Amino acid sequence: MLELRIDRLAYDKVVVENIRTRVMPGDHVCLLGPSGIGKTTLLNAVAGLVPRLPENAVVGRDRIRLAYLFQEHRLLPWRTVRQNIRLVGASDETIDRLLADVGLSEHSESLPDQLSLGMARRAALARCLAIEPDLLLMDEPFASLDAERATELRYLIRTLLTRRPRMAMICVTHDPADAAELANRLWYLDGAPATLRWDERINGVGELGTLLDRLRGVVLA
Amino acid sequence: MSRSLVTTASSPPVRFWTRWIALPALLAIWALLAHGLATPLLPTPVDVAQAAWRETASGELVHHLGVTLWRVAISFVLAMALGTGLGVFMGRHTSANAVLDPLLVFFLNLPALVTIILLYVWFGLVETAAILAVVINKVPNVTVTLREGARSLDGRLEQMADVYGFTFGQRVREVWLPQLFPYLMAATRGGLALIWKIVLVVELLGRSDGIGFKLHMAFQVFDVATILAYSLVFIAVVQLVEIVLLQPLERRASAWRHIGGAHA
Repeated sequence: MLELRIDRLAYDKVVVENIRTRVMPGDHVCLLGPSGIGKTTLLNAVAGLVPRLPENAVVGRDRIRLAYLFQEHRLLPWRTVRQNIRLVGASDETIDRLLADVGLSEHSESLPDQLSLGMARRAALARCLAIEPDLLLMDEPFASLDAERATELRYLIRTLLTRRPRMAMICVTHDPADAAELANRLWYLDGAPATLRWDERINGVGELGTLLDRLRGVVLA
Repeated sequence: MSRSLVTTASSPPVRFWTRWIALPALLAIWALLAHGLATPLLPTPVDVAQAAWRETASGELVHHLGVTLWRVAISFVLAMALGTGLGVFMGRHTSANAVLDPLLVFFLNLPALVTIILLYVWFGLVETAAILAVVINKVPNVTVTLREGARSLDGRLEQMADVYGFTFGQRVREVWLPQLFPYLMAATRGGLALIWKIVLVVELLGRSDGIGFKLHMAFQVFDVATILAYSLVFIAVVQLVEIVLLQPLERRASAWRHIGGAHA
């Protein structure tokens, strides 16, 4: 469903090289790696947001619907939550259902700036799901939330993923705990130039533990 | 108690009547001076009011005012449309900006009078030349303002619009217009003031109607009362446009700015 083949991608002081991988329906990928290594750039490349990809970079997407939960909510500040979701083509019925799912039923007529950080991120998540995506991209969805809110949102995302078994996900994070909660597959981006040092499927928490231990070995090495 | 606290905490309240100090004071000084000097070169406010009434009763004022307003409106719409399109284009494409910028600087510095004379010489004393001269004078200003606006467009919202496949129409209406609105308002305000001044010059030099033409006629017989009557009426009309049209529009379009911030 998604094929990534990037020989070399240099963008914004970030160099990513030699990436060869596929994402299949139901894959929940957590993309880990040190900060500034190019995780977001790679995610942007998948989303088609890196202008003029070099010719040797292939981001193959068979006509999939793609949603992107950016780090900032990126809702239009002059439109209410409902209007923002309607703009991506959702019916009022769908909007009501999704806002209930993310616990924002009361705030459908609020402007984004009236919401707290966590609420705005959940509103943006509802907008992502409104297009019924085949692939959901998330860039540090738990960043700058306090621990309690982060746990809530992690649980919410896991619930929403379970209800959509065919939906794939790529989630950029720097916290292995996110991977433990959400991922069935782990990417680890590192090196100079950066490449996928790890691309492993995870079956069960035990395996993840082993993998994370190996990962720590990599990080420390 | 709590009320007084609120008042002191916020910015000092501006009372309604504070806006009505300067203009009546000017009027009083004018009246005193005019009575003191007692010369036809500085008519009293009453003389000017009488001149305005005379011109209104004869239908002259309404006719010429209408003609000038029409010219202002047409030139304004054309200049805003062209300037906005060009400004946004140049703001978003650096290469286009590099090519067009010298041209923009040239037209910015081209004196209004030169444009007007040249167009009258080339096309004759016709309406098209008059309107075109005003538009050519105003477009560069609008372009510069809107280019700034386009440069300040939030790239993060552009990416959002890319990901969700916004149509061009949606992008303009939902993403760009709200961000460009302050720049459009600035261009509009400056635009109206500048355009009506240029329109008067255009009329004075080559039209046989409009306020500029009437001012020219009054100037030839040193009829200062009529000159002031026409000018003041037009200033009042422009003020009316500001109060009735622009201010409500601005309040409506920027309402979202004042509602937000409860949590942020």
